[in-house]
Amino acid sequence: MARTTSALGIDRADVRRARTLARQVGKPIVDLAQHHTTVSVERATLRLAGLGGADPDGTPWVNRLADVVRADVGLEHGVSLPVWDALARGEGDDLLTLAQKAAAGSITFRVPEGKDAKRASAAARKAVGAGIKQIDRQRVAREKMIAKVGDAPSKPWIYLIVATGDIHEDIPQAQAAAREGADVIAVIRSTGQSLLDFVPEGATREGFAGTYATQENFRLMRAALDETSRELGRYVRLTNYASGLCMPEIAALAGLERLDMMLNDSMYGILFRDINPIRTFVDQRFSRQVHARAGIIINTGEDNYLTTADAIEAAHTVTTSQLLNEYFAKEAGLEDWQLGLGHAFEIDPEVPDSFRLELAHAMLARELFPDAPLKWMPPTRHMTGDIFKGYLLDGFFNLVGALTGQGILLVGMMTEAVVTPWISDRDLALQNVRYVMNAAGKLHEDFRPAPDGFIAGRAREVLGEAIGLLEEIKADRSVPGEPPLLSAIADGTFGLMKRPADKGKGLEGVARKAADYYNPATEILEEK
Amino acid sequence: MSLIRPYGDTTGDGMVQLSFTLPIEHSKVAEGAAVQLANKMGMDPALVVHAKPMGEGFTFFVVYGRVNHLVDPSTVEVVERDYPLLTPKEANAAIKRSMRRRLVVVGGCIGTDAHTVGIDAILNIKGFAGEKGLEYYRELKVVNLGAQVSVPQLVEAAREEKADAVLVSQVVTQRDAHLLNTREMSAAFREAYPAARRPLLVVGGPRFDETMAGELGVDRVFSRGTTPGEVASFIVHRLTGPRPSAEEIAS
Repeated sequence: MARTTSALGIDRADVRRARTLARQVGKPIVDLAQHHTTVSVERATLRLAGLGGADPDGTPWVNRLADVVRADVGLEHGVSLPVWDALARGEGDDLLTLAQKAAAGSITFRVPEGKDAKRASAAARKAVGAGIKQIDRQRVAREKMIAKVGDAPSKPWIYLIVATGDIHEDIPQAQAAAREGADVIAVIRSTGQSLLDFVPEGATREGFAGTYATQENFRLMRAALDETSRELGRYVRLTNYASGLCMPEIAALAGLERLDMMLNDSMYGILFRDINPIRTFVDQRFSRQVHARAGIIINTGEDNYLTTADAIEAAHTVTTSQLLNEYFAKEAGLEDWQLGLGHAFEIDPEVPDSFRLELAHAMLARELFPDAPLKWMPPTRHMTGDIFKGYLLDGFFNLVGALTGQGILLVGMMTEAVVTPWISDRDLALQNVRYVMNAAGKLHEDFRPAPDGFIAGRAREVLGEAIGLLEEIKADRSVPGEPPLLSAIADGTFGLMKRPADKGKGLEGVARKAADYYNPATEILEEK
Repeated sequence: MSLIRPYGDTTGDGMVQLSFTLPIEHSKVAEGAAVQLANKMGMDPALVVHAKPMGEGFTFFVVYGRVNHLVDPSTVEVVERDYPLLTPKEANAAIKRSMRRRLVVVGGCIGTDAHTVGIDAILNIKGFAGEKGLEYYRELKVVNLGAQVSVPQLVEAAREEKADAVLVSQVVTQRDAHLLNTREMSAAFREAYPAARRPLLVVGGPRFDETMAGELGVDRVFSRGTTPGEVASFIVHRLTGPRPSAEEIAS
């Protein structure tokens, strides 16, 4: 598509204005993130240094070790200096032994100074550097494998979900879905994992409406999909969720085990899971730095706004969130091709012109983010159990996807809200996608909305409202001394949910960094 | 009411459609097996109108046919609405008249259920199916605790807010989690409150059976498609009307 002129008659100056506002709103949040650490950032650092496994009760060693360090010297220095100082003092031969001894109460940590601090930071950097090298190797392995077996044959990538709760059931289902045509497999997490302040360990067979994200589950599924990729002659991508209280750790594990895409939204946890805003922003920045390094594509969660708010009234909140997600992502080092910015087909089908409105919103996202893959989410709210009507709605959803060059298309199921997809549901859904792509995949070459027509006008209107909302956020001073975005979140600007910065889950896991704070992972990730 | 059978295009033709998957490669035998299943389900004659291989070793079928079963609507048991539907205005007026204060509703999703779509549809001002949610009712004070509320947290919040009614939504039903959680919740409220002071307990979700209220220890179960107006009307009816007589409780 031609980039120089806007198909929607959008003024370039308005686009620049929107991005400038997103930066102005986002920058104070980045400053805040730079001045804080969290228990999960510190545990992710230990994971990168190779500490895995769990005690007999299932509590991960990274939690045991980080908890003791925190009890002894606080979190504000980071765990790296105290931990590698203890190792240098001969308190343990390796991290695992140290964690076990710490858990048994036989070690007292201190914050080293002077020469000792130098020695500890050098050793920490070496250990954590090895984990980051492993992430680099996995990125190369992905690139090599794509070069060897081939990539997904066309865009959009077909994204299918498995969610049995049992990794050993998920694997054959995922392989079957790939054979049926999926380019991307997402393993839905167990309900409730986002609020666990630890990452479960090992291969898991019990989950609620999904399967726990664990390092071993990641490894098993990636190995199975590698096998299927070779069989099919195309690389099948694997997706999971870097969200919730353990976002940084899951991001680290995803990089280590070569996951390819991760759900990672800047505000989702705050608004929809009531996780503390500061915790979320700190965790999010670290996790995105890891994703950037790992060559992972993030998927943001704007579709969620439309599942709670009206999809027409709230259309501009999607655009606003996309702009903020883009700013935070790029600040953390992600590139355009890694930004699967989300949006969804959720307008009430009874509303007149609902399809034209959907098309306007999707075209706006495409035009604002021409080089981002964009993640297009199917209808869920207005899937009523009338599977016949739902199948038609999914067809129209696919048509908007075809018309707007979506990069990632989550396949809509006509049995949404009825059952977890059956084998026949998935097959019928894929037939729907194939029919539309085959019949109308190139329609965007012919289709131009009338410059003064309904679609172009609506797109401009939504952009205008998004700019208005960003201006309103920028001016929000309701909590003095706080970044305006935090005040806006506390006010209920997004999705009507009020989330003050001093409330929410996980707040106790946040600490303001001391002057001698050291984290080798952040140091290495910020070098490039 | 008389006996009836399904209707295709002629009274009494008994026609139904059915689709299913069998774990077998597509072949004439597979189609015969599909007809056999349909026959066993009471469809005779059964016509396989569509058969398509799906994945390895599976075939999907669409079958049309005549069922020989009759149904008797007079023997169907349902929970009929036993309270008047009120508009928000009428509900507000009833609360004002009988309670002389705002009626407090505490709601949330208990257990690990993170799906707030149900509780939000009922409580959020935005509402559902064209009806405004309970937050819209001037005389209702709504405290929405959101997702993944533990039962002790719910009891605590109910005490703190002096809740008149507690609304619980359960969407996830794997391994009957919705039933287990509801029983745990009702038991906790029974333990925490003397019987006469216990708030009204209402549970809802797409997979609940509305006849199970007694078994689950709650005052009402709402299933798929329930609107905020129905919930509000029920609460107002039970909390502002005359206490139900012993006979009504027994029935």
